[in-house]
Amino acid sequence: MTKRVLIIEDEPNIIEAISFILSRDGWSVDTHSNGHDAVAVVLMRAPDLVILDVMLPGRSGYDILTDLRAQPETRDLPVLILTARGQARDRELAEKAGASHFMTKPFSNADVIEALNALVAQ
Amino acid sequence: MLKRQLTGGRIRERRIALALRQVDLARQVGISASYLNLIEHDRRRIGGKLLLDLSAVLGVEPSALTVGAEAALIATLREAASAASQAGAEIDAMEDFAARFAGWARLLADRHRRVLALERTVEQLADRLTHDPYIAASMHEVLSSVTAIRATAGILVDPREIEPEWRDRFHRNLNEDATRLARSAQALVSYLDGTGRADAALSAPQDELEQFLSRHGYHFAALENETEAPDGVIDALIDADTALQSASARAQARSHLERYHADALRLPQARLQAAQAEFTGTEDAYDPLALAQRLGVDAATAMRRLACLSVEAEAESSPAPTLGPVGLVSCDASGTLLLRRPIDGFALPRFGAACPRWPLFAALSRPMTPIRQTLRQSGPDGRMFRAFAIAQPVGRAAYNADPMFEAHMMIVPLSPLLVPLPGDRSGSGKPGPDSSEATHGAAREVGVSCRICPAQACEGRREPSILADGF
Repeated sequence: MTKRVLIIEDEPNIIEAISFILSRDGWSVDTHSNGHDAVAVVLMRAPDLVILDVMLPGRSGYDILTDLRAQPETRDLPVLILTARGQARDRELAEKAGASHFMTKPFSNADVIEALNALVAQ
Repeated sequence: MLKRQLTGGRIRERRIALALRQVDLARQVGISASYLNLIEHDRRRIGGKLLLDLSAVLGVEPSALTVGAEAALIATLREAASAASQAGAEIDAMEDFAARFAGWARLLADRHRRVLALERTVEQLADRLTHDPYIAASMHEVLSSVTAIRATAGILVDPREIEPEWRDRFHRNLNEDATRLARSAQALVSYLDGTGRADAALSAPQDELEQFLSRHGYHFAALENETEAPDGVIDALIDADTALQSASARAQARSHLERYHADALRLPQARLQAAQAEFTGTEDAYDPLALAQRLGVDAATAMRRLACLSVEAEAESSPAPTLGPVGLVSCDASGTLLLRRPIDGFALPRFGAACPRWPLFAALSRPMTPIRQTLRQSGPDGRMFRAFAIAQPVGRAAYNADPMFEAHMMIVPLSPLLVPLPGDRSGSGKPGPDSSEATHGAAREVGVSCRICPAQACEGRREPSILADGF
């Protein structure tokens, strides 16, 4: 069965590239590009996995993730956090917010696919 | 450092003992009162003919003003030895060393002072790199471009078949992102190149405002005696200054100048200085609460007025010894710094939050309660300061509406003019070489901001310091 991933990211060319490689890998891809209503969009679209950028217009990815973990429907939803900051403190923040996996920009396409496959296999 | 302090302090003490005004002594030796004020506050070196002239007018031998230089040199050497205790410098032989190898000793003391100055610069630069919003935004832009380029390039080099329209699209994206990356990188390099120049492009509206205020010495003579609506004067001041580039900075400057004018109307410089003259020789001459009560204004107004007095005008008009420029920091109820008038030796964070141990923030939790505290800023050259802080409501009162508070903290260097505070001796400070410490006891240790603060065991720490032990 095709797995559905929601990419929440505000850079259009990053969205396009990730969407392309995931679609080619057999994923059904949905996208969203702002933080304001990201929680509502996740709840509405009910994806199997979320790729979530940290620096989004309107709201931080950490805040969105914290809210998702507070909702029964998304408490266990696999969420891959993407961030431009890879310091230990950022990793701690992601873990504290409930990230399933943490990836620092820039990343390779193979790393993204590998991380997603590992998350859905769990 | 100590040598100059001692010499300046001796000149000042001798002048006061002779009941001479700064302006009178300055005239007799052929210098301006403001220059004498700088000498007395150890901001200018003195020697040669001027030293001879001053000692003649003051009726003392030149050596009476300068003897102690050796003691000061030894104190600086002691400070250097203490800062690098692992080197095992022979403390007992210090005086012998300074006497036998005076040139080497002075060189060592100079290098020590230079290291302290450079450390302060590094702290400020680290603070800037950490919190500068322009650098943070630029780095995000660069990393976003690189991420898009890497992902797109990965698709294009993949040996799997790709439809021509998709290939064209990714080529376009690649070109767009490469162009964006080049532009972002160039802008960032230009910005970093420019940070070393005094006239460099500024990063934030508050920087522009502070450069504008600094160029005027925080004093606007044109608004001091302006009783009419000052709009025209304010427009002219803003239009004439190239530092104010952004609309936000110009709006902030207007707001600052409007408040300045309102303060000047409420408390004219002449009245303030007359009150200071009445309090000559006592701390009250620099105590914003005492002055506010004497003059019928609020303490925050007195602090703002003291912080924007013209140093030259003050030196010329005041018969009393003066403390020189005073520092001022203001923040809103969120703790965001609104105004930073720097003072030598007390570092202020360029961006981001300040040290939570500052009395400025204690004042926010105790609105309308004036706070007076002796401070020492953490770091190897931690000088001592007296801080006065208060939080007062801003805006008009309204029924059933919670007031918004704004806090001010005025900072002056600790000097014999300031009386010791009872609480000083129960503080957590550590002894140091500062001569005023003998008078004032320990002080409350404060920092600049957590990121560059060496005090590891601090209950107020928000994040780890980037400073290594012993930095």
